[in-house]
Amino acid sequence: MDFTLNDEQTMIRTMCREFAEEEIKPHAEELDRTGQFPYEIVRKMAALGLLGLPFPEEYGGAGADFLSYCLALEEIGRGDASVGITMEAHTSLGATPFYLFGSEEQKQRYLTPLARGEHLWSFGLTEPNAGSDSGGTETHAEREGDVWRINGSKAFITNAGTEMSGGVTITAVTGRTADGHKAITNFIVPKGTPGYHIGAAYHKMGWKASDTRPLAFEDCLVPDEQRLGDQGDGFRQFMLILDLGRVAISALNVGLAQACFDEAQRYASERRQFGRPIVAFQAISFKLADMAMEIELARLMYYKAAWLHMQGLPFTKEASMAKLFSSETAKRCADQAVQIHGGYGFMDEYPVSRFWRNVKVHEIGEGTSEVQRQIIAKHL
Amino acid sequence: MNIVVCMKETPSITAVKRFTADMRLERRKEDAEINPFDEYALEEGLRQREKHGGEVIALCMGPVTATENIRKALAIGADRGVLVTDPALEGSDAIGTARALAAALQKLGFDLALFGSAAADSYGGVVPAAVAEVLGQPLLSFASKLEIADGRAKIERAAETGYQVAEAAIPALVSVIQTINVPRYPSMKGIMQSKKKPIDTFSLADLGVDATLVGVAGAREKATGSSPVDTQRKGELFSGNDGAADRIVAFLVEQKVL
Ligand SMILES: Cc1cc2nc3c(=O)[nH]c(=O)nc-3n(C[C@H](O)[C@H](O)[C@H](O)COP(=O)(O)OP(=O)(O)OC[C@H]3O[C@@H](n4cnc5c(N)ncnc54)[C@H](O)[C@@H]3O)c2cc1C
Repeated sequence: MDFTLNDEQTMIRTMCREFAEEEIKPHAEELDRTGQFPYEIVRKMAALGLLGLPFPEEYGGAGADFLSYCLALEEIGRGDASVGITMEAHTSLGATPFYLFGSEEQKQRYLTPLARGEHLWSFGLTEPNAGSDSGGTETHAEREGDVWRINGSKAFITNAGTEMSGGVTITAVTGRTADGHKAITNFIVPKGTPGYHIGAAYHKMGWKASDTRPLAFEDCLVPDEQRLGDQGDGFRQFMLILDLGRVAISALNVGLAQACFDEAQRYASERRQFGRPIVAFQAISFKLADMAMEIELARLMYYKAAWLHMQGLPFTKEASMAKLFSSETAKRCADQAVQIHGGYGFMDEYPVSRFWRNVKVHEIGEGTSEVQRQIIAKHL
Repeated sequence: MNIVVCMKETPSITAVKRFTADMRLERRKEDAEINPFDEYALEEGLRQREKHGGEVIALCMGPVTATENIRKALAIGADRGVLVTDPALEGSDAIGTARALAAALQKLGFDLALFGSAAADSYGGVVPAAVAEVLGQPLLSFASKLEIADGRAKIERAAETGYQVAEAAIPALVSVIQTINVPRYPSMKGIMQSKKKPIDTFSLADLGVDATLVGVAGAREKATGSSPVDTQRKGELFSGNDGAADRIVAFLVEQKVL
């Protein structure tokens, strides 16, 4: 067993740590306060190849491995969760489906500009009446000759409404399977397609600078070339996309947990009460010890899930375990970080209050904690 | 244009510094990074290559483990790396270092040799001048701007009240200061390609340098002691309603903050 990262992985992690420290962290407070999408940061990331890490160079990517991508996400997420989720949703949910299931022509046409970071892309699975129950999708597409007529709506779609957004890949019901379930097919819908409406951004409790939108499809016509993979293959496709996405989200969770630890440790050694820095009290140093231990465990879990995937081995259970444990770790770390800050932790001036608001959605997005437990239980 | 960037590996600014019994800095691989001042030299080399074409070579004298930081320079954009390493080089002073670097520069051939203004560990700042002396070639020092045209290198050097302009025919050596540019980050593609770029290693024998003139043997400078910086903080309290604001303003003006 070897836990050593290779040279490229180490360099990518170091570069992302420096980038997050110098280019993201100083803006995090303002991004959270204004809720403005971080165009400047995202464009810098695009220029450095951070939006196409795990894709081959022939499709505009950096040709890094999946673990490198996760390491990068951890560091970017440590700088700011909104920027982290923008990168994750674009790469794991937006671009990956083209890479895994796209035809050669679709890869050239869609994946290449996405990997280069020229546009952002979204994945639209969730609907007002189909959240955890993604099999309950209501959006439907009817075939009319060479085109599909799409009607329905999507909820909470990340990256859909920015100036950089190129479009969305959505799930839609296209009939029934032999055993009577809804047959789902995925469709590529570029921005500007008539009948594709992008709603106003939600007002959120955290991840404020990330872009989240409701979408509506009203007699939206897309040619059959914009079908992703086979008809009826949509369910299998998004199951795999979500498995991979969960490993990536785990890395983001670890980054956020680490940011909580960093701030808590610093504050605990600076703040003095009863004539001593509060870190000298065992009650505080034990909190830090627990945080550090859980972060280490969560990190190892996503490393392992990524490794399994890179070996071509099954990783669904491990991905869910990593996602569940890392998001709950991040939640506990955010909570303890605020606790260690006392009243100051409740104030907007201190980053830990932002971490505390951000962390909640990590237990919801890309499958709630309840859904992760179901998946794990199913694989026991 | 053949551009060679000389870069040293130094312990990171935040690393705890320890000394060996003979007063040499204890160098730990984990703390080693590209001397931050040299990052500006590398960036300038890349920018000149973008304008004039050619090749950028990252040249480092250091321990075998310095290849990691040469690799970083390759990730940032240098075309190839050269490591000058030899047990006999350990403990070199500025003159010894200059002899080895000059020999490597001569072997490689160059139009432009770039340096940072100093190294973050020793702050000697004399190596570029010493290399120029050994090579008998001109040094344009402390450049805040560099232009290459018609076979000449022209720099601006910041001075108290303006700037000086200096120029020399190439091949020339140029040391740069931090206002000259903003160093780039390595791109992801750059990192992935860095493994494919060559790093050559030269020993003293390869360079034909006499081992008695470098390293501890050749050092004319000897460190005899060190002590921590006195970091006592001074505070001054301005209080009351009678003119505290004015006194603060006066203080800030005095400190050249305002
Ligand atoms: C900021 C943000 C960004 C998002 N980005 C995207 C995106 O880009 N693309 C996308 O497709 N989706 C996105 N989502 C949607 C997200 O994936 C869903 O919110 C999530 O899957 C939960 O669905 P829901 O909100 O409808 O909750 P529901 O499914 O209604 O769940 C409500 C509660 O019931 C529980 N529950 C539901 N079913 C069961 C069950 N069978 N057993 C036990 N408990 C159950 C849930 O765990 C939860 O606690 C985003 C969400 C947010 C908040």
